[in-house]
Amino acid sequence: MEAYLNLFVKSIFIENMIFAYFLGMCSYLAVSKTVKTAVGLGLAVIFVLAITVPINFLLDTYLLRPGALAWLNSSYAELDLSFLSFIMFIAVIASMVQLVEMIVEKFAPALYGALGIFLPLIAVNCAILGGSLFMQQKDFSGVAESAVYGFGSGIGWLLAILAIAAIREKITYSNVPAPLRGLGITFIITGLMALGFMSFMGIKL
Amino acid sequence: MEENKPTTEETPTVLFVNKEKEPLFSKKNRKLLSDPMDDNNPITVQVLGICSALAITVQLKPAVVMSISVMAVMAASNVIISLLRNLIPNRIRIIVQLVVVASMVILVDQVLRAFAYDVSKELSIFIGLIITNCIVMGRLEAFALGNGVWKSFLDGIGNAAGYGFILILVAFFRELFGSGKLFGYQVIPDALYEMGYVNNGLMLLSPMALITVGLIIWVQRYRNRTLIEKN
Repeated sequence: MEAYLNLFVKSIFIENMIFAYFLGMCSYLAVSKTVKTAVGLGLAVIFVLAITVPINFLLDTYLLRPGALAWLNSSYAELDLSFLSFIMFIAVIASMVQLVEMIVEKFAPALYGALGIFLPLIAVNCAILGGSLFMQQKDFSGVAESAVYGFGSGIGWLLAILAIAAIREKITYSNVPAPLRGLGITFIITGLMALGFMSFMGIKL
Repeated sequence: MEENKPTTEETPTVLFVNKEKEPLFSKKNRKLLSDPMDDNNPITVQVLGICSALAITVQLKPAVVMSISVMAVMAASNVIISLLRNLIPNRIRIIVQLVVVASMVILVDQVLRAFAYDVSKELSIFIGLIITNCIVMGRLEAFALGNGVWKSFLDGIGNAAGYGFILILVAFFRELFGSGKLFGYQVIPDALYEMGYVNNGLMLLSPMALITVGLIIWVQRYRNRTLIEKN
């Protein structure tokens, strides 16, 4: 239990997708104008990450890894299909995103309109593919661990986009130099936040 | 800001596809090439493709190779999707696009491995990450799905050039101030170091890439007032 808790905290703060690895920046910058849409996209990312990471873990363990096919027939034990992992992972992610898009379009049309092109772009959100690739590197022992990792990374991403959206809502009241308004100041604030988050890297759990 | 819905902004061109002769480099087509360099830059205006801009701009050489690879992938996949655009069912378009992009990336990766092995070694992960570079998918969604082949080709080249321009600019500043080199050759003279000049190690860290891009946006919008946002 403690190991899961450690992994959870680690994936949220220390290995934060945005501030430590800068993954998923495009949608992070573009959809963080108001807290409401930011929460919507953040929840969609959590959902997609928490589902795709365990699925890709199973794919990796039983199909792709060197020797993973041994459960089928002992003569397959030497096969190494890991060169297929990019295309397998992206296929799983794309189908999940299409599913989420249909659900959002049906049950929350206002949110669907607000997210615009960035909902289909979750499929190419580097945070999602990054989550699966980090999972492949980390050698988790079971599905539960990979699910906790995916869920935690999603929460970390939501936290980051929530923080920047709240700051951007407040910063409209400040007197930012005109050419820096909007995107420019967001880049600089994110840079400063990332410098702050670098201090988490020293923590060993 | 328009970057939330580039589709609406491009719809007029869809209606305008006239079958009569249009010169290959008509004014409208030239605009497709030149627009992304400044007014509609993929990174600073459309906010697409930021991740790789941050990850590979520590040095100039990988940034240049990356820009060329992205250009090849974008031009090829824009053309393919534009050819297929009337055959792809709307519901599964994302998967079709990803498969096309992924195959193009695998091709680029193999070519780099064959002809420029050391660079490919240096870039290995990031070439794979072109698949998830939102700039490719973003232009497919917003342009190639609704426009003809030649226009889509120009749009791909133009956007990749705009992307590469920012990438190379950021890499230039980061390599110059971070390690005092350009393309791996030392450009800051030894005499300056003897006088007490020190490389700014902070420039090599990722947060400074964000801040550099922020400053580039500042300069660009100062020169081009129409891009200034309201809030």
